[in-house]
Amino acid sequence: MAHDLHLKDPMTEQRLFRNRMLVAIAVVVLMLGVLVARFYHLQVVNYDSYRTQSDKNRIQVRPVAPTRGLIYDRNGELLADNRPSYTLAIVRERVRDLDATLELIGRLVRLDDSDVEKFRQRMQRRRPFEPVPLRFRLSEDEIARISVNEFRLPGVSVEAELVRYYPRTDLFAHSVGYVGRISDRELANFSEEDVRRYRGTQSIGKVGLERSYEDLLLGEVGYENVETNARGRVLRVLERQDPKPGAALTLHLDSRLQKVASDALGDRRGAVVAIDVKTGGVLAFVSKPSFDPNLFVTGISFNDYRALSDSLDVPLFNRALQGQYPPGSTLKPMMGLGGLAAGIINAETRIKDPGFYRLPNDPRIYRDWKRWGHGDKVDLVQALAESCDVYFWDMAYRWNIDGMHDIAARFGLGEKTGIDLPVERAGLFPSREWKRGARGLPWFPGDSLNAVLGQGFVLATPLQLAVMTATIASRGTHYRPQMVKAVDGVVLPPEVLHHVEARPEHWDLVFKGMEAVVYSVRGTGKKAGAGLDFRVAGKSGTAQVVGIAQGERYDSEALKERHRDHALFIAFAPVEDPQIAVSVLVENGEGGGKVAAPVAREVFFDWLSRPGEKSAGLPPVTVDSEGGRLRG
Amino acid sequence: MARRDYMHRLPDSQGGLSRPVSLSRRWHIDVPLLVLLMVLASVGLGVLYSAAAGEVHYVKRQAVFMALAFVGMFVIAQIPLDVYRRWSPWAYLGGCGLLVAVLFFGAGAKGAQRWLELGGFRFQPSEIMKLAVPMSVAAFLHKRSLPPTFATVVGALAIVAVPAALIVRQPDLGTSILIAASGLFALYLAGLSWRMIGGAAVAMLVAAWPIWQWGLRDYQRQRILTLFNPDADRLGAGWNIFQSKAAIGSGGLLGKGYMQGTQSQLDFLPESHTDFIIAVLSEEWGMRGALLLLLLYVLIIARGIYISFMAQQVFGRLLAGSITLTFFVYVFVNIGMVTGLLPVVGVPLPMVSYGGTSLITLMAGFGILMAIGTERRRVTF
Repeated sequence: MAHDLHLKDPMTEQRLFRNRMLVAIAVVVLMLGVLVARFYHLQVVNYDSYRTQSDKNRIQVRPVAPTRGLIYDRNGELLADNRPSYTLAIVRERVRDLDATLELIGRLVRLDDSDVEKFRQRMQRRRPFEPVPLRFRLSEDEIARISVNEFRLPGVSVEAELVRYYPRTDLFAHSVGYVGRISDRELANFSEEDVRRYRGTQSIGKVGLERSYEDLLLGEVGYENVETNARGRVLRVLERQDPKPGAALTLHLDSRLQKVASDALGDRRGAVVAIDVKTGGVLAFVSKPSFDPNLFVTGISFNDYRALSDSLDVPLFNRALQGQYPPGSTLKPMMGLGGLAAGIINAETRIKDPGFYRLPNDPRIYRDWKRWGHGDKVDLVQALAESCDVYFWDMAYRWNIDGMHDIAARFGLGEKTGIDLPVERAGLFPSREWKRGARGLPWFPGDSLNAVLGQGFVLATPLQLAVMTATIASRGTHYRPQMVKAVDGVVLPPEVLHHVEARPEHWDLVFKGMEAVVYSVRGTGKKAGAGLDFRVAGKSGTAQVVGIAQGERYDSEALKERHRDHALFIAFAPVEDPQIAVSVLVENGEGGGKVAAPVAREVFFDWLSRPGEKSAGLPPVTVDSEGGRLRG
Repeated sequence: MARRDYMHRLPDSQGGLSRPVSLSRRWHIDVPLLVLLMVLASVGLGVLYSAAAGEVHYVKRQAVFMALAFVGMFVIAQIPLDVYRRWSPWAYLGGCGLLVAVLFFGAGAKGAQRWLELGGFRFQPSEIMKLAVPMSVAAFLHKRSLPPTFATVVGALAIVAVPAALIVRQPDLGTSILIAASGLFALYLAGLSWRMIGGAAVAMLVAAWPIWQWGLRDYQRQRILTLFNPDADRLGAGWNIFQSKAAIGSGGLLGKGYMQGTQSQLDFLPESHTDFIIAVLSEEWGMRGALLLLLLYVLIIARGIYISFMAQQVFGRLLAGSITLTFFVYVFVNIGMVTGLLPVVGVPLPMVSYGGTSLITLMAGFGILMAIGTERRRVTF
């Protein structure tokens, strides 16, 4: 018992315990102090930086794409609309297993290999945390299926987007054009400012007015601060700076006239351009065959694109703007006026046409299209009416190429018209310098004979021919052709590029000749005025597709359809006070008067038979310093 | 009338028969501790409700566990202290046996075997050891003279080392350290000499490098490295700490408001309803909330220390002190981890984090604490 007592001393043990516990309490207090200090450090000292950090976590600045400007025809009919479309998009950073996610989506919505392939391409050039579109144009059903499975699909979202829609499908494909997804190449060429402006925007104008007016149509990007959770779902919008919608364009184009011109051309390949004589506004702009621009908006499928690009008829080719054709005899009125103005010919000039022409000291024989000639006393009016070649050859021989080149340039040939459409072709009107530079050859007198008839080196687009015709119709005022009439309701003033100086009686004579084309007994374009209660002035033309050897007669039946001549016709009406000028091209149509003239007739009939619809006659403005007189 | 007189005198006689015993002492309830625990439990459920955002079943389950844990605490408090002392070696041996069984038959997750399945019921034997180890050390020391002799210290260390080694093998370094600490606290409170404590500290420092080099697994090293440079791996190991610090810091002094914490409500904070729940509280209630919770813990610890001071026997005293200090270590390690002071070790915040197992162990400890606090005073000669 004593041993035990010695070992167990309760008082000592208790004191020992108390000492140890007091030390422990001191340590506990010290450690509590550390915790309190830590909270103070985090929540008071560094409060601001952690606050920012947590806000950055949840708040994301998202660009809000502006609504693309709408495009209307002159009567307010919508040609380019925006329609809501639902897009399935993926934020890569939020997806753990991309393949599994794609697999699951594939079971919920229709997803073909090309969708996935294109998605993977887009993934290559995405910005961090940017939603990358996977499928466009989801149906209501598909949206519902995705929504139900939302919780299984982190990082996957359905985004509503306004997508371009062209209600008239193929009717305005070559004028309004279309938008498409921004391509790699476009993205690579973006400036820093462009990158900012296109944040949130998926589309860019590719062709036509959509492209040339891209800057105005795009609008200004807006921003919103959204709160998202850790999985990237947007929970609410905290702040929003609205985007500024793009400008609305009102075109000179008339939807009904466009349809009439297109129908008149029917299934033929060709182009029709109609221009308002008083302003240079383009009233109809047809190139056929056409295509449905809606196919391109969210990315055309491989098969659709192949069908369009492989077609022999090249529907994607804008014949009115880029097709360069030998204008043939349609140049004769302009050349006649040039000859009159230059004093080479006058109203009394008459020539003998035996059916061929021969340059002095040259054994070559130039054959008139009419084998037996047009008679012994052919004057300018008859030469125009019957399209006498010899008359113009004679004039060309007495004139020179520089004078012809000069007058052609005044009417807009051989240079771009300056229309507000992209990728216009300039055509060609040769000159001495051009031939020396391009061919390394001097100018031969025979070249002039070809040039005066719009053959040889001469090339022009249907648009250029329409501008030329409108310049004749307005007695020399050469307006810049213009597709857009007004931007956001503000009317753009017409622009005079040149003024062709000639005496009124010279214009009268050319008008008379062109009128005779339509109304004289042997006129080549009688179909252009058939059954109209106003007077039409025109000129037919034929452009050779394949060269024909000297003196050889050709048999059109023997040629394949695509080797036949192109049919051309230019015209304006009414003669007394011209309102509208038209050029018509029918590929492989052979006779201009036979095939192309009726198309012009339909255009005139529709446009001039409408009650109370005449050109607004806006005051013209000139920008060309060398431009001559203004025409009020 | 005699019968009536008898009836009249009955209360007097009854009063003379028994000494007045307070209700709390009769039912072995320490009222201040009970009140504090109930307040803490309520706070815990409230924070959990916000942390589990919309998933009420977590809160319901936790409430059921709480109720069970409180009942368990009452039951445990009724058992006389001597029973614990006498049975502690058996509990200890049984626990060690189960730990061995875990190594062979255990179920687990994420590469660790910690669970044992018995008839559809899963439990972690290491939970038993959280109480069995300090209890065994206290019982061992109870019989020895204090301060402990060198042989006694070696014996106590052996009691601590066996389960600690078994748990490290699972592997569960965090739990192993905490269990070892609970045993060592008992040894320390028994009067372990400062010389030995100093010697151990020096030995630890010397051993630090070899342990780092060969003793730790890659993920353990990674966690410690993350502690010193949390920004290095923001989307990997550093993510949790990065987000919890942002949550706590952005709470400021007054917090963002209940259920308004953006970090926790928008799921940026991982493990928000379990280990990282203090970040939810700190974000939504700010520093004032965090400090009030700390105060609650401090009061509970203070009560535990008071109970240990008042304990009659060595066993109760050492056990009460060890349980209380271990409780504080849990609080400190969890908060230290969530605030980025300590590496991420997976220790829940007592009474607040979601999880039934740790809750029941914890309340069992408080039950023992109550048993100690309400022990009949024995007259000592």
